[in-house]
Order: sequence, then C-alpha cells, then structure tokens
Amino acid sequence: MAFFDIKGLVNPLSTLKQFGNKPHTVEYPKKHKETADRYRGLHFNDLEACIGCGNCSTICMNEAIDMIHLDNIEGSEGDSGLRPRVDNGRCCWCALCVEVCPTGSLNMTKQDIFISSDADAFLWTPGVSNPEGKDILSFTSDEKTSLSLFDRVPMPEMEGEERVKSFAETMLYYTEEAAREEASRCISCSLCTEVCPDHMHIPEYINAIARGEDEDSIRIIYDNNPLGEMCGKVCTRRCEDVCALQVRGDAVAIRWLKEYAMSRAETADILKEIVNPDIQPANGKKIGIVGGGPAGLTAGYYLALKGFDVTIFEANEYAGGMVMYGIPKYRLPMDSLNKQIDYMKSIGVKIQFNTKVGKDISFDDIYKNHDAVFVGVGFQKPYNIGIDGEEANGVIPAVSLLFDVNSGKTPDLGHKVVVIGGGNVAIDGARVSRRLGSEVVIMYRRRVEDMPADWEEIEGAEVEAVDIMPQTIPIEIISDENNKVTGIKYLKAEMKADAGGGRPRPVPIEGSEAIMEVSTVIGAIGQEADYSFLSDEYMNKIEINRGRMVVNDQQQTKDPKIFAGGDAVNRTADAISAIADGYRAVKAIEKWLMK
Amino acid sequence: MREKATTLYLGPQHPGITGNMMVKLKVEGDTIQSASTHVGYLHRGFEKLMERRNWLQSFTILCRICVPEPDPNEENFARAVESIEGREVPERAKWIRAMVLELARIGTYLLWFAGQSGSAGLYTMGQWSIGDRDYILDLFEELTGGRIYHMYIWPGGVRRDLPKGFKDKVLQTMDYLEKRLVQYDKLMFDNTIFQKRAKGIGWIDPAKAIEWGVVGAPLRAAGIASDVRKDDPYEIYDKLDFELGHATTSDVWGRSQVRRFEIEQSINMVRQIMDKMPEGEYYNRIPNPMKWEVPPGEAYVKTESARGEFGFYVVSDGSNKPRRVHVKGPAYVHAVTLLEDLLKGANISDVSFIMNSLGTCPPEIER
Ligand SMILES: Cc1cc2nc3c(=O)[nH]c(=O)nc-3n(C[C@H](O)[C@H](O)[C@H](O)COP(=O)(O)OP(=O)(O)OC[C@H]3O[C@@H](n4cnc5c(N)ncnc54)[C@H](O)[C@@H]3O)c2cc1C
Ligand code: SF4
Repeated sequence: MAFFDIKGLVNPLSTLKQFGNKPHTVEYPKKHKETADRYRGLHFNDLEACIGCGNCSTICMNEAIDMIHLDNIEGSEGDSGLRPRVDNGRCCWCALCVEVCPTGSLNMTKQDIFISSDADAFLWTPGVSNPEGKDILSFTSDEKTSLSLFDRVPMPEMEGEERVKSFAETMLYYTEEAAREEASRCISCSLCTEVCPDHMHIPEYINAIARGEDEDSIRIIYDNNPLGEMCGKVCTRRCEDVCALQVRGDAVAIRWLKEYAMSRAETADILKEIVNPDIQPANGKKIGIVGGGPAGLTAGYYLALKGFDVTIFEANEYAGGMVMYGIPKYRLPMDSLNKQIDYMKSIGVKIQFNTKVGKDISFDDIYKNHDAVFVGVGFQKPYNIGIDGEEANGVIPAVSLLFDVNSGKTPDLGHKVVVIGGGNVAIDGARVSRRLGSEVVIMYRRRVEDMPADWEEIEGAEVEAVDIMPQTIPIEIISDENNKVTGIKYLKAEMKADAGGGRPRPVPIEGSEAIMEVSTVIGAIGQEADYSFLSDEYMNKIEINRGRMVVNDQQQTKDPKIFAGGDAVNRTADAISAIADGYRAVKAIEKWLMK
Repeated sequence: MREKATTLYLGPQHPGITGNMMVKLKVEGDTIQSASTHVGYLHRGFEKLMERRNWLQSFTILCRICVPEPDPNEENFARAVESIEGREVPERAKWIRAMVLELARIGTYLLWFAGQSGSAGLYTMGQWSIGDRDYILDLFEELTGGRIYHMYIWPGGVRRDLPKGFKDKVLQTMDYLEKRLVQYDKLMFDNTIFQKRAKGIGWIDPAKAIEWGVVGAPLRAAGIASDVRKDDPYEIYDKLDFELGHATTSDVWGRSQVRRFEIEQSINMVRQIMDKMPEGEYYNRIPNPMKWEVPPGEAYVKTESARGEFGFYVVSDGSNKPRRVHVKGPAYVHAVTLLEDLLKGANISDVSFIMNSLGTCPPEIER
C-alpha cells in the first residue's frame, strides 16, 4: 500500500450519504418504542386470582418481594390474605417469580419505564399500584411454561372387577420412588396447614419424604396426630382442596404421602422405635375417657405422654370407633388401625374394651374417680330414612351393615340393593354391598356434583359398577306379605334455582313416579349421638345443643371437669376433626389440672 | 535531552477502557516502559454468590458475568448442570441455543467495531455499529423478554419457544446487517488511516501465544486455527458449515480481519440454523426449583465466545445449591498478563486500541 492510498482515503467519505437516511433512533419522550410481547417489564398481579402462597417471594434471590396485608383483602381458606409487594429497586427482572407462581396471577407487563424522585415509590404492590397493567401483560406463565409441577404422580389401584371380589385394599399406594417424586411437587406454602383441622405440619413432613427422610416424616406426623396411617388412607383431606397447585393443576397427594411415610413403620414396635417418644414421668393425675374413637384415642395418647394416668372406656371389642366399625376394610384394614392402637397401648394408654359406660360402668363412677373426663362418644345412632314402609325386613341403616361386616359377618342382601344418600357413608354402604355380591343402586336427591362424598370415593363406586341415580327421591318402601322388602317407589326430580339464593333444590317431577324391584334398602341419611349413659344430673350440667355437646374453644363443657370432642361435638364430623379436638383437649386438660 | 519518566493512570473510569479497570503506565515521552493492570473495581463475587443460591436462582446472575455477551455463560452453566445430571436436552433447544450464541457473537462483534474504531478516533463507526447492534437486541427482546440480560438458556433447554414470525425477523435482520457490512468496510476496514493505525501494532508472538493462554480471534490472527466450535463441537455446531477467520500478522489489523470475516460467517450460520432447526419440544423441565437437587458430580464445559474459549467448572455435592462454580474466561489472560506484555514499548495513544483488539472484559475478570 502506498502511503497515499487515495481509495482508502476517499472511501470513508461515502459515509456522507448517510445524511439522507432516516435515523433509526426513537425520539423519546415524544415517541415511545413499544416493548416486545414477551418483555419482562414491571410486574402485575391479579389480586383476585392470587392466593398469597408466597412462592414468588421464596424464589426471589434478590429479596425483592415481601408478602404484605392489604386493606381490602381478607384471608380465607386457601388464601393467606397476603399479596406480594415488589421493591423495583432490587428487582433484576428475571421473572422467576412469574415462572413459579402456581396460580398464574403474577405476570410481567410491557411497562419498561418508571421514574420517580421518591425512593419509596419503587416499593409497589403489583395490581394495586398499576391496575392498568392487566391490559399490557407480556411475560406470563401458562400450564406448559410454568415451573410448577401440575401433574400428580398417579396412584396405582386395583382393577375394578378384582376389587369387588374381596375386602382387600383397593389403593396399592405409592412406591418409594413415586412418593419422592410426588413429594417434590410441594412448594411449602403452608396454605394446607391453615385449613387442616389439626394443623398438621404438612410441608415439613412432605419435605422430609422428598429428601428421603421417611422416619423424620413419621416423627413430624406424630407431633400432633397419633393416627397418621389411618388419616393417610381415609382422611377427608381438606388440605388438598386448598393446595396452591390445585388452582391450575392437581393438588399434591398429601393424604397418600402421609400413608407412604406411615406405612414404612410396619409394626407397633418399629413405630415406637422410630417415634421414640419422650414420656413424662407420672404426674399423679387420672383421666377417664369415654369412647375409644379417634377423639378419645388422640386425647389418651398425648395425655399419657404427658404423664397422666389414662383409661379409655370403650363399648366395643376393638377401639377406633367409626374408623374401625364404619370405614370398610378395603379402605382401612384392621391390622393397620390395630398397629397404631397397639403402639398407643405400649406407651401406657389403658383401654377397657367391651365396657359400655351407662351399662357396664356408670358415668358417675368415672367422673368421681378421675381428675378430668374426656367424652368422645361420636354419633352412633342412625337416623331413620323417614318414608313409608321403613319397618319392613331388609331395611338396614348403613352404619349397622358396616358394623356387621367389619365385625366379620357376611349378611345376605339379596340380588339388588338400593342405597339412599349421597355422602361417604352411602358410598361405603354401596361398595360393601357390591362385595357381598349384590347389584347396587345409589339414589340421591340432587346432582352427582352435589354429592357430599369425596370425588375419589364416587369414582371408586363407579369403577366397581355401582349405579348412581341422581335427582331421585325415594317415597315409599314396598314389601310383600311377609314384610320383606320387594321394591322402592321413587320420583325423579329436576333442579330448581333456590329463591333464597341457596344451592339449587330438587323438585319432584309430577308423574315421574316409578318402582324399582330391590331386595334390600340401605339408609345413609346420617347419625346422632346416644347420650343415654349420662344421667339427668350430667345432662343438666353440660349443655347439649341440637344433639351436640357444647364446648368452649378448649373443648371444655359447661362442667369444667368434663371435656369433649369428635363427632358428638364438631360439625365437620370426620376423623381429623376428632383428632384435632382430642389434641386441643390435651393442652386444655394439662393447663387446667397442672396450673 | 533525556525525557523524564512519569506514571499515568488509565482508568478505572475511562472511555477507552472496556469497563472498570485501571492500567498503570510508566512512560517516558509517549512510550510506555511498563504497564500493570489493576482490577477489583467490579468485583461482585458471582462464583461465591452461587454457592448460596439454589440452582435455578444461580441461573439469573450468571449472565451478568459478561455484559456485552452474557449468553455463553448461560449456555455453559446449563450444559454443565445437564452433564452432571444426565438431563436430556431436546434437539430443537440445541438449535435455538446455537442461534442465540451466534446472534450474541454478531452483537458483540458490532460492539467491538465501535470500540476498536472509537479508540482510533473513528467515532462514526461506533454510532453505526452500536445502532445496528440494537437490531440484534430487538431480536433478543422479542425472544427472551430482555435486551441485555436474556436469562434464556437454562438447564433442560431454553425458557420459551420462538415467538410467532421470529424466523422471518431474524432473516431480515441478517440481510440488513450483511448489507451494512459493505458500508462498514468503506468506513473502517478499507480506511487507510485505520489500516495505518492497526498494522504492526500489538504484536503477539505466535510462538508463545498458546503457552500464554491466548484464545479466540487473537489466536486465530496469529495463524493458529483454534475454535471450540470446531475443535470440540457442542450443541449442534458439528451440523453447521462454517469457516474460521484466519490471519498471520498477529497484530491489531490481523485480529480485525478475523472478526470482520467471522461476523459474516455468523450471519451465514444463523441462516443455516433458521433453515435446519427442527420442530419439537424446546425444554425438558427441571424438577420443582425449590427442591431441585443436582446429584454429586462435576463438569467442565466450554464454548467459543466472541472473545474466545470460555469455560465453566461446576461442582455439585448433591444439594440444592452449587458447591462450586468456577468461570474461566479469556479476559483474565488477555487483559492482565498479555496486555501488560504487549504495552511495553507501545505508544500511549495505542493503549485502548490494543486493549480493544484483545476483547478485554473487566466484569468477566472479576466474576
Ligand atoms: C361409614 C363411615 C365412613 C366414614 N369414613 C370416613 C372417612 O373416610 N374419613 C374420615 O375422616 N372420616 C370418616 N368417617 C367419620 C369418622 O369415622 C368419624 O368422624 C370419627 O370416627 C369420629 O370420631 P369420634 O372419636 O368422635 O367418634 P367415633 O369414631 O364414633 O367413636 C366413638 C367411640 O365411642 C364409643 N362409645 C360410644 N358410646 C359409648 C359408651 N356409652 N360407652 C363406651 N364407649 C362408647 C364407641 O363404641 C366408639 O368406639 C366415617 C364415618 C362413617 C360412619
Ligand atoms: S423478577 Fe426476579 S428479581 Fe424481580 S421480583 Fe421477580 S424474582 Fe425477584
């Protein structure tokens, strides 16, 4: 190259042509370049859809999000009432918070500029500070992109035809691998803990399973529930209804995970070794417990741990109450329940079986010989169906049928059974009847979706070929000259909106009357308590309202020495509520006696 | 009369320094007697920070290790984790990753054009190429939601699929840039003044280059054909047809020639990628990020960044956080040991010029 390379000097001058070109810069603020459809700009939160799980706050490594109370947002079941507040001065716009938001309420917007001389203005609550954000959503998450794991690990189950051949458990339960995988879906938001009547430490025991520390999990469960395996198999699991993952996917299988952990302890001895309870020395106080159902057993277990001398008086041959004699064995085998009860006995809980209070021993004796009494007698007496012809042979209350079957009997129900009711007891009656060899129909007044029974139970019944007849109102039981049931007369109903704004009501359709030939009618309309063991003196001392004993928030009745819990007290009528009552009573009894 | 020696401090805030770093110069007249690099102004401790963050959270800070070209960091980390975990990456994701890496290379070279010419006083070039780089950033914004920090390549694949119409936009941008290169040539590469400034300056001894740890364009300009994409192909680089830049002068001019050639290659590679990219999944989802534990193990992976071989050494002890992440970028060698050597005997006005030709990046030295 010569020193004066003319071309090399002239070439750059061609640049001057650029003067004629349109500039590619944007004249901000006269013009604002619109950001891309996926832009990670300022956050927006749909305050209605948000459940305050706090997962955004947990993932944010810049600690840019804290969860705060807002004036107009109340917490409720499944909603902590908290909402995220973002410090835009700390945020790095990674949008991980968006990726892990289980509900999809938290997203980012196209808004890319925010200027303020007030440092506090950078702390803002998405959705409150920028309501307009909802129209410019950009970086969002959907079921596919979200980092929440929405699909539950499927539970292996026995085939439908196989099931009705025996009373073997229909659920085959998680393997270790499946349990770890399912447990790893939990985001530890604790919304479930709030809703669980017993406030079990759900994220903690699930995390232990996810980490592979099953024994830890058992110990965490035993902290406030001595019937964890039973709950693992049959709990009504209200926790799952509020699981944050359930908004856009499947709730974590909290119940099945509990079952997995608890079933690692195969015998009462192993259980004792794992739980390794800290039993306080005897404190000299005696507690009498009437009824060995979940409420009584729970109270007994934790009182015994605290050094109380505990005796449970139980009318039946086995303890467990309705979970022993009501719940069918294909859902909760006897061995499983007895293992849990044997463990309780091993730590000092005394149970006097076949001892009906009011008959074999008087309540007064118990009252006078103990420092405090806990009453957990449940609802043992079935209601009548309340239609004509009910006195006929072959009309059986579901709980009586279940009691018989669970006690080892195999009643002959004939070729066809009709079950009346739509709750879990009705489904149990129906599925047990299938196992006894009958064809089964369930008649329910409202729609299938209105049935109070657990959806998995309804599915189970369907798999086992139980015929569900919704919107059907039985009106009369027909019997032959020997007073033996031969049929049931019923009406079909249509659902009418309730004028008072309540749930739709079934209204009989005129002329729809029909008769179905059946051999047995099973009523599953509900139960009530039997207080005949209480003399007038005690009936007067403790208040009973609409069939339930009235207690304060410490499970204490009007007679301060008598505590009560379980079905005979609470309105939720499930095992976990009975356990929670029992657990609460322990604390109260301790406080009351040891002050 | 003998001139008196004096000390000059270039940086840490100086437009000729590509970030915050200081070069302490002992000069006599215009001639540098000795130079020493001082770093520490940008230390943020990323490697250490990652030990306290879970695996997903670590992913969000990696990109900051290199501002102009964050993507090799993301790709390296993702590939290291995938290699420890044995996690499969969908084919489509690999192609998307290569596209991102090549777009990043183009963007980084455009930025380099600005630095290289600006440090020679040719400011117009910088205005052009930085303006044109914004079209690459527009693509990134559309693809990833961010212009500078993309946070897009993560373990298991990429974060989102290509948006609708993205392919056409990419191809249009490539066509545009290709046309612009002709104008760049007129302004910069065929410019006598630039050539006179660049030739013979900042000579790296080819015989010592490998021993010193020189990588990337400076190594290729020393006549040594070395590029991770060819030598140790990752993602889908073995399925692309491309050539490496080559020069033998081993000076600023040679390095400029290599980059000028490679930007064209990258444009061409992006076209091939857009043409061959298969349909399908773009992501093999990680477990719940809060509970994601990477099995014990370690991996060393590397990419060819715009500045040369870029490596990540990642160790997991089986927990939910990295036990150790070590980043091996080119800048440590290029901006500390090599630069100090090259500046001996150089003219003061060439300091920034030489630095730019090495692609130094202070934030990367101080990860
Ligand atoms: C068929 C059926 C299925 C059910 N399925 C489920 C389910 O899947 N999940 C769930 O969570 N809940 C279920 N429940 C409800 C659950 O069983 C009850 O909520 C729970 O057992 C209530 O516990 P409790 O301790 O209050 O009373 P109970 O379990 O009723 O126990 C009361 C105990 O007191 C004893 N007793 C009563 N009177 C006396 C007396 N005078 N002297 C001595 N002992 C006495 C009884 O023999 C009994 O053992 C079901 C109930 C039924 C009937
Ligand atoms: S975008 Fe990232 S840094 Fe910002 S609040 Fe969300 S998680 Fe935190």
